[in-house]
Amino acid sequence: MKDFSKEMIDHILETAEKLESIAVMKERSDMLTGKVLAVLFFEPSTRTRMSFETAMIRLGGEVLSMGSVDASSISKGETLADTIRVVQSYADAIILRHPKEGAARMASEFSSVPVINAGDGAGHHPTQTLLDLYTIKRESKLEGLKIALAGDLKYGRTVHSLCYALSHYGADITLVSPDELRMPYEIIKDLEARGMKVRETDSIDEAITEVDVLYVTRIQKERFPDPAEYLRVASSLQITPELLENAKSHLKIMHPLPRVNEIDPLVDNTPHACYFKQAFYGVPIRMALLALVMGAME
Amino acid sequence: MNSEQTNFELEPGLRVRPIENGTVIDHIKAGQALNVLHILKLPGQFESVVSIIINSPSKYGKKDVVKIENRELKVKELDKISLIAPSATINIIRDFKVLKKNRVEIPEYVEGVVQCINPNCISNSSEPITSKFRVYEEDNIINLRCIYCERIISEDIADHLL
Ligand SMILES: [Zn+2]
Repeated sequence: MKDFSKEMIDHILETAEKLESIAVMKERSDMLTGKVLAVLFFEPSTRTRMSFETAMIRLGGEVLSMGSVDASSISKGETLADTIRVVQSYADAIILRHPKEGAARMASEFSSVPVINAGDGAGHHPTQTLLDLYTIKRESKLEGLKIALAGDLKYGRTVHSLCYALSHYGADITLVSPDELRMPYEIIKDLEARGMKVRETDSIDEAITEVDVLYVTRIQKERFPDPAEYLRVASSLQITPELLENAKSHLKIMHPLPRVNEIDPLVDNTPHACYFKQAFYGVPIRMALLALVMGAME
Repeated sequence: MNSEQTNFELEPGLRVRPIENGTVIDHIKAGQALNVLHILKLPGQFESVVSIIINSPSKYGKKDVVKIENRELKVKELDKISLIAPSATINIIRDFKVLKKNRVEIPEYVEGVVQCINPNCISNSSEPITSKFRVYEEDNIINLRCIYCERIISEDIADHLL
């Protein structure tokens, strides 16, 4: 995602906006009729897979999905390179999710059709970042944004990637995390070098009064050897209706989902809740990518 | 360019004999001479005389020097040396004279030279690819960025040479 220029990002977001009426079925499209999308998921991520499949179908195309990983040749020891060399002759584009970092980059070296990275190990998940940006654009604003990121900022690659992407727009960032899960110093330094204002705090109450967007991520239990410590940290960051009393009226709350208990379900019915909308925005973003890589749009 | 080899003779009295034909690698970052030998697989079956000077005082602080008789270096070897000793100079010696003197060039990319430090990187699996890194300098330190997983190696590159 670091390699995406601002022009590329803006172009994808604008394309998604044009396609949104198709995503909500206000319009029908045959833009990708006759095209085949191969969906190769070497680790499960039902939500991402369905979002890509919906996007392809809404544009009139067909989807070939790999069965479960156990049943396919990967368990017989076939290399990813071989799988890609075969599948690229069946499809017009490939969606790949793989546990190894750099898998998508390697796959693109073996494929004559475009490969879209739907997540590789702890590595990149660019379509998540694009849909996050799109959500911010549609529900708040990208220029002059004040955003707070809360939760696991140490291991959470989603938030790192989002911060880098936001650096194109010069956002003002507040990082809210327990001490154990602070954003790595090198990343903060890097963001500041890109002209961003970065502030760290461990108090969500303080952060929430000033921002336009609050991006919440999951804190994984496994990060804490002591379960009591986990509970203390998780509850100190929980988003509740009471907490939101001090928020700006236009504050939007985002979360990549699935959530566990970071956000109280009572927040769902407030105008601040934006996470289900965010999940929907994954469809127009993926439609835009499919239309662009298969040459149906420029 | 046909200067006398005494150019890189060190302090007076330091007895490393001039070589007739071969290569002198000078201005190696102090402490890296043994890694240079490792890269060149020396001493190996190759029967050449190798002299090493470690921690020799020079104008720019301490340096190491390696002299190898009757051998010239391959591009891939030079690429490897450039990663661990970016300021090294390569002197090709013919008839006791310096025929050519070049600084090592830091390549833009290195392929199949270093192993990625990320155990979960696709280049460390059984896929039919070789490791590939983009090389860049930052604050006089050589950094290697894996083109697959983007992990950066900036310290102890010698430990990860293939
Ligand atoms: Zn790597």
